[in-house]
Amino acid sequence: MTTAPVLYAAQQKVYPREVSGHFARLRIAAAIMLLGLFYGVPWLHWNGRQALLFDLPARKFYIFGLTLFPQDFYLLAWLLIVAAVSLFFFTALAGRLWCGYACPQTVWTEVFVWMERLTEGNRSQQIKTDLGPWTLRKLARKTGKQTLWIVFSGFTGATFVGYFSPIGGLAERIATAGLSFWEGFWVLFYAAATYGNAGFMREQVCKYMCPYARFQSAMFDRDTLIITYDAARGEPRGVRGRDNCIDCTLCVQACPTGIDIRNGLQFDCIACAACIDACDAVMTKIGSPTGLVRYSTQSEIDGVPRRILRPRTLIYASILMLLVSGFVYAVAHRSPVALDVIRDRNTLYRELDDGRIENVFTVRIINKDQHAHTFRLYTSGLQNAVVDSDSPAQQVDAEEVKTVVVRVRIPPAQEHGGRQFTLLARASDDPKLTAASPARFFAKP
Amino acid sequence: MKPIVALFVGIAVLVNIAAALWLIWWTSRGVDKSSVQETTHVWDDDLTEYNNPLPRWWLWLFILSIVFGLGYLVLYPGLGNFRGLLGWSAVSQYRADDAAAQQLLERRFAPFKEESLRDLSKNPAAMSTAKNLFALNCSACHGSDARGAKGFPNLTDRDWLWGGSEPAVYQSISQGRDNIMPAWGPVLGSEGVEQVVSYVLSLSGREAKAASADWMAAGKAHFTTLCAACHGADGKGNQAIGAPNLTDSIWLHGGSIEDIRQTVTYGRNNHMPAHLERLGDTRVRLLAAYVLSLSQPATPPP
Repeated sequence: MTTAPVLYAAQQKVYPREVSGHFARLRIAAAIMLLGLFYGVPWLHWNGRQALLFDLPARKFYIFGLTLFPQDFYLLAWLLIVAAVSLFFFTALAGRLWCGYACPQTVWTEVFVWMERLTEGNRSQQIKTDLGPWTLRKLARKTGKQTLWIVFSGFTGATFVGYFSPIGGLAERIATAGLSFWEGFWVLFYAAATYGNAGFMREQVCKYMCPYARFQSAMFDRDTLIITYDAARGEPRGVRGRDNCIDCTLCVQACPTGIDIRNGLQFDCIACAACIDACDAVMTKIGSPTGLVRYSTQSEIDGVPRRILRPRTLIYASILMLLVSGFVYAVAHRSPVALDVIRDRNTLYRELDDGRIENVFTVRIINKDQHAHTFRLYTSGLQNAVVDSDSPAQQVDAEEVKTVVVRVRIPPAQEHGGRQFTLLARASDDPKLTAASPARFFAKP
Repeated sequence: MKPIVALFVGIAVLVNIAAALWLIWWTSRGVDKSSVQETTHVWDDDLTEYNNPLPRWWLWLFILSIVFGLGYLVLYPGLGNFRGLLGWSAVSQYRADDAAAQQLLERRFAPFKEESLRDLSKNPAAMSTAKNLFALNCSACHGSDARGAKGFPNLTDRDWLWGGSEPAVYQSISQGRDNIMPAWGPVLGSEGVEQVVSYVLSLSGREAKAASADWMAAGKAHFTTLCAACHGADGKGNQAIGAPNLTDSIWLHGGSIEDIRQTVTYGRNNHMPAHLERLGDTRVRLLAAYVLSLSQPATPPP
């Protein structure tokens, strides 16, 4: 903050200068790959169905060969924990890699900035246009930019909805203007969110809305990879003949969040490395060595050797390994069959004419597999028990939940009071597909 | 609401809104926007708390919510007993939702409206719906598998208290049934009860204990005087009044000697509620068709 801050100051638009170089190429490659995944994956098919589809009305989530039911929701929670811990790990190791290269906010903003350059020209042309009066040329440029932005936002919104409503049919309905109200609403909602975040809010999202920037200091230490300005070499600025900073301010012009990296590490820095490319290009031009602004660590700047293996990274890495292997195990060993058993509530037990005791259960066989199976029901932990239902075997279609009423029957006077037992369903074609559920049997006291 | 309470609520609401407006005015008056204001709280040598005005957009949200609140109070109930210009109430909302739900049900059950019970019981779509209706409305007493429990008849056999014809089953579900067996203990005395129990057991071919011919004759005499009026002289019951057949092996309230003794001494009182008003004709007919299909192996349930 300067000494006399202006209250109610309007946001100053940042015009990031185009840079080229090693890190710019890396960033563009990451953006192309990630956006390619986002726009491409919904069009993939698997077993005659969209490969990645989150069918919310049916509560079924298709991930290639895996169909997840609401009962598997803990996997999502687990995945989010894995994501959070890997964020901690990579932050401790290499700083804000996520922000600079992978965050959707960065990636979509880059596309929007690229479209802005395509229509309004480079940084100085953009500033000149914005300051200048409204002319036909300005109108044409602004219209061009807005058109590109809006079309791209709409495309993004539709693709996002395509993860929840099969994208083939969705595209068809968009082409024929036959969208249902809610489909239309969500397409427009996410289009507006894309436009607002990448076109209008941009770096303000990172600076004022994102919590990550604010707690990065909790994960940083002196050995974390950050983008640094080598003050020992650069200062004082503007002295020719040595390898100092020449104060060309290109690093400031290139910054998408509008900061000066020479002021040191700041929470506004998203570590996109645009300033490194800008500075290196200038240094090469004037014949000085590159690396005045570079990826480095606080230790290295201070002349202390850098440690990659240190308690912080080791602990994060081992927690991450543990969580990831647990997650992989849980997904690989997840049973595609589940069983719910509900006791009949009208009576505890029923005595047949010949004295046998019968309990009635409503059983739901949940077949999460992508194939139909035939299940047989049996018990364990209850001697001489017979499971009786209207049909001896239960055919359950792929991804179906079948409700069956069963009678569990035991000989007279075998049991008194209640006994805990287990009801099991086993697929006749694959004994590994077995689900069990605890239940309670009641007889005369 | 009583007028005095309504007046209090109305005034309290308006005063609160006025206070919110006053708060905005009071905090924004005389603010010097050219420099940073501080609250003069200082911690740890140099940490101070700014006293900046609210951001504009936030202030506008505040004002907008006051405008929204006033608009709401004009349109909806909120100011004491004033009902609002839209006339909305929880009851009117319930009625509208209920009407919409009824319309939905009407559409859902329309295909089954004209079908006979026989056709319905052969229609898989109708039977799958009826199965859900049964689970929802009947299984609490008759069991999920419709095989009943002590005091609640088994619906899957061919034994009927009130008859198993289509009109009889429809009648049982739509209007309900009341079965009353009087208590004969005071009339018969304990020996008389035992004699009747022995005789009733013999009707279904069971032996009570080593009973003499006199004992059985006394039991039969009691039966003819008191029980035959409903259960018939031969004990085969009477479906016109819901009297159970005593000659088979089906016992609604238990077939042990203790159970029968209890029944004769204290009587039984059974009630099947009426469902027509609650479910409407189509759903009652679906249930009747389903119940009939359960006892007819020719058309097994889906």
